[in-house]
Amino acid sequence: MYDPLPWMVLFLPLLAAAVITLFTQKNPRFSAVLSVGAVVISFLLSLNLFCNSMALTSIFAIGPFSLPPEDISVSWLKVGHLSIHFGMHFDSLSLLMLLIVTGVGSAIHIYSIGYMKGDPGESRFFAELSLFTFAMLGVVLSDNFMEMFIFWELVGLCSYLLIGFWYERASAADAAKKAFLTNRLGDFGFFTGILLVWAVTGTLNFAGAHTQMINNPELFDTAATWVGLLIFCGAVGKSAQFPLHVWLPDAMEGPTPVSALIHAATMVAAGVYMLCRVFFIFNPSALNVIAFIGGFTALMSALVACQQDDIKRILAYSTLSQLGYMVMAVGLSHPPAAMFHLATHAFFKALLFLGAGSVIHAVSQEQNIWKMGRLREKMPVTYWTFLAATLAICGCPFFSGFYSKDAILSAAYNGSLDSLLSKNFLLSADYNGILKSAYNGSMTAFAVGILVAFLTTFYMFRLFFVVFLGKAKSELSDRAHESPKVMTWPLMVLAVGAVFGGFFGIEQFIAPQFGERAPEIFAPLEPFRTAPVPAFLGVAAFAVGLWLACHFYYRAESDPLPARLRSLCRILRHKFYFDEMYASLIAMTQDLVASFADGFDIFLQWLVRFVQGTTELTGRGLRLVQTGSLQTYTFLFAAGIALALYLMLLR
Amino acid sequence: MNPINLQDYLVVSALLFCIGLLGVIVRRNILVIYMSLELMLNAANLALAAFSRFNNNLDGQIIVLFVITVAAAEVALGLALIVALYRRRQTTHVEDLATMKL
Repeated sequence: MYDPLPWMVLFLPLLAAAVITLFTQKNPRFSAVLSVGAVVISFLLSLNLFCNSMALTSIFAIGPFSLPPEDISVSWLKVGHLSIHFGMHFDSLSLLMLLIVTGVGSAIHIYSIGYMKGDPGESRFFAELSLFTFAMLGVVLSDNFMEMFIFWELVGLCSYLLIGFWYERASAADAAKKAFLTNRLGDFGFFTGILLVWAVTGTLNFAGAHTQMINNPELFDTAATWVGLLIFCGAVGKSAQFPLHVWLPDAMEGPTPVSALIHAATMVAAGVYMLCRVFFIFNPSALNVIAFIGGFTALMSALVACQQDDIKRILAYSTLSQLGYMVMAVGLSHPPAAMFHLATHAFFKALLFLGAGSVIHAVSQEQNIWKMGRLREKMPVTYWTFLAATLAICGCPFFSGFYSKDAILSAAYNGSLDSLLSKNFLLSADYNGILKSAYNGSMTAFAVGILVAFLTTFYMFRLFFVVFLGKAKSELSDRAHESPKVMTWPLMVLAVGAVFGGFFGIEQFIAPQFGERAPEIFAPLEPFRTAPVPAFLGVAAFAVGLWLACHFYYRAESDPLPARLRSLCRILRHKFYFDEMYASLIAMTQDLVASFADGFDIFLQWLVRFVQGTTELTGRGLRLVQTGSLQTYTFLFAAGIALALYLMLLR
Repeated sequence: MNPINLQDYLVVSALLFCIGLLGVIVRRNILVIYMSLELMLNAANLALAAFSRFNNNLDGQIIVLFVITVAAAEVALGLALIVALYRRRQTTHVEDLATMKL
């Protein structure tokens, strides 16, 4: 008999979604209670699971992590040699993710009660939110590729539903479509990768594939890079990395809690989580590409964020940038740092979005930061929690973001050669070459990381100064008011996580699973002692960014930068013209296909005309034969018989 | 003088058939065409009877009897049709009856 606890964690939100959809559509308050109840109970149960695992192992222990919650797996499908299980896998990675999804999710669910109050689709909203939670938990807990892919798609579907929640608005419907289609592109690669893995290993199970990889590192042979990159495609789509990043900023059309839950804290993290989960599959060249894509995304979106005016869009680009950080950390073969940043990011980004939602709520759905200002006195709770989150995301020392960002920076700085060595790849290949290229690559990554840290501080404080300080820039912000308690309480809870998230030892909790060493004792000043260069450079980047933001925006009425850096700002305002580029690319492809189809159509027309013409001509000819005179027919008939007889008898 | 053999009968039958066919093709009066048709039928009968006689097999003669019977019925039917046609069109010339032409 299975332990029912893990099943309840997974299926409670689904149950809530089903009950809401089937029975309580008419009663939004009750729907909200059901949905929130389900996710909170899920959270408490995962906390319980987590504590169970804690009882037998210390977080700070170095060494293999033994796992008290049993893995669960039931056979689900058998097709030929392919057997698909429906299972749940518990290790430090999935437990951490479980806590993040249900914990941050709970806060956002509660916040939604206030934010969505009075919306005509409130019940639908909560049903979809619950369904999303279910899908996300499925991704986190799944123990094989197929199960993960199914939940992965379910997450994509929920994202579609929630982005397009206000489907009467054309922009929301378009954004939903864009997100869905962009994700399909990535998922196509992901699924191809899964098929390749299955073709080579014959198993879809993570553990099974991992074991085979350990026994035979050359298992994938020449296809190894391809498998890695195809799998990575999935993460590129879901985690919105370049070149599929275009959907995330548009996804801000959804209600703000959705932006917080899906597009900041959990769903986009699914890509990074997946990379960590199947980390064993990547070989050095795949990892190089991953690191490059991550770094590029981080830098590009940080630049774009500097010139956006929509409060949610700035946050969206900052999400992209932080996701780029995480992906880069994975690419530098340092998944614990990625997961650490994912965890802290979930807190402070959810907080930022909920804070932004609170602001938007207060100023009657206005999203342009240049129409806000001076909200500090009007909404103190939002102000202070937003400040905490901003400091955290900027990597201000002693806030959670500082530690997780420092983990990534120091991973880049140290080149992570140890973990590369431990993967046995170097033994078979050109040792020095890889060593050198890895060193160069990680130095570049380090530089990018510092630069992005600086830009992050700059654009976040730009946002912060313009929205909360300075003068009120429209009468909307004069009339602003603090949000109700049901919205401010989650802010405060999340603020605790955002501030202290660095002290929980998350990296130490994850690291053993990837065979890495993490500092045994954790102290607030630890980063300065163990890896002083990244830590001090990170702080310097923060200071410079803060100073510049202060200089330009502290009392700014409008953005001073476009006047000084005209062309650069224009490019940044247009997000490097990616949307335009894709649009023209798609238009070009369509034109090409259309002109080809047109040509083929003309050919077909000629063909049809030829067939028709021949038939008609033959018909006209044969019509002459039909005289209507019986005797002609008889004559022809007799002549025909005579001919036949002649041919048969006399030849 | 040789006795009359099968070939002679067949030649007569073929001649009769050709005369009948010619009549069907060239004559214009539908009644005469009909008579020519009967001639062709009887040419076939003659051939059948001759084969039957020279092969010592009665099957052919039986078929001839059948043909005669059926032909009698056919004549009745055909003449009735011609009468009906004449009543309607007041003509028995095939050139006036070319309504099958498009």
